[in-house]
Amino acid sequence: MADATMSNVLKKSGKEIQASWARDLAGSQSSGNGRISAAELDQQAAEFINLLTVASEHAKASDISAPEFKPIREFLEGISRSRVQQGFSSDETASFIFSLKKPLFAALRADAGKDADALADQLWRATELLDALGLHTVKAYQRSREEVINRQQREMLELSTPVVKLWDGILALPMIGTLDSARTQVVMENLLQKVVETGAQIAILDITGVPTVDTLVAQHLLKTVTALRLMGAECIISGVRPQIAQTIVHLGVDLQGVTTKANLADALALALKRTGNSLRQ
Amino acid sequence: MGEFLLVTIQIDMHDQMALKLQDDLSNAIVKNASRGVLIDISSLEMVDSFIGRMVADISSMGKLLGAETILVGMQPAVAITLVELGLSLPGVATALNVERGMALLRRKIDADGADDVLR
Repeated sequence: MADATMSNVLKKSGKEIQASWARDLAGSQSSGNGRISAAELDQQAAEFINLLTVASEHAKASDISAPEFKPIREFLEGISRSRVQQGFSSDETASFIFSLKKPLFAALRADAGKDADALADQLWRATELLDALGLHTVKAYQRSREEVINRQQREMLELSTPVVKLWDGILALPMIGTLDSARTQVVMENLLQKVVETGAQIAILDITGVPTVDTLVAQHLLKTVTALRLMGAECIISGVRPQIAQTIVHLGVDLQGVTTKANLADALALALKRTGNSLRQ
Repeated sequence: MGEFLLVTIQIDMHDQMALKLQDDLSNAIVKNASRGVLIDISSLEMVDSFIGRMVADISSMGKLLGAETILVGMQPAVAITLVELGLSLPGVATALNVERGMALLRRKIDADGADDVLR
């Protein structure tokens, strides 16, 4: 049995509630020192009150996953997304919702008159609902932030594994940073594709920029080497630093006969020889 | 003096066909006294563990029958899949395409031929 009291109060006193809310918002952190215009804030406040009026009229409980609350949920997700972009923090975003409590409670109190029990019920209902909506806003905010982070990670992955042509038939892949399984996947795809495109016979993996080589990293390197071999290309690993050499020996990592060189110059000289070129000084 | 055999493996090869291929190939190698076998998998866009193993088996069989066996034309996606499946095909020679494969085959067989002459 839906309780339409909150909805009726909102319908009757909506304008006063909104005005009071706007005054509170202007003075508080939710307005964000000019990150959002007063006009935009007013418009969002009015929209929220409308949606709340409609939703609370028919909804039976404050289970906001019910379909009656879908429009208001989507509205809040939109607000969270724009707040993320405007540089608000999650608590500033949520207090936009929570600050409606003060004027709403005042209106509910005026409506209940002397009936303390009825007032207590309505206040509880209102607080439950606004809390749930506020938390939903925070959840949506977190999700938006995670999307930004994921997107940046993807971009970093793509930027950091270029394949360069050193000579006819010789490709180089300077690796910077840690080599994890996601990175290895991207590296393998790029490199193998380039081998097909250029008909390269030798790929030099330079690991000068890889901070540590433990058994996992070694596995990833070996996967790349194996995939190259399956396609008929040879692999040389260059840029093996003294620290790395020691780690590899101490860990007992088996590089399975892959040719390694301390620096790219030596690797290039070897690659040129193997492809039938010679260097003259 | 035998010749080279070129085997082209196409997409959607069923299990039965694969086994028949192994059979036909081993017979052909012996019948023609083939010195070399080129297995062209450039049409294979993806492999599962069965095809992967089959390719490995055909390569090993060729070697056992005295024919230099070279796998050519592996696509990047296939190479990555095989590596992820743990099928690194050790001891199987590979080349980027048929042309390179032929050159490699000639080099290897010439090397063997030199041994024969010295004996």
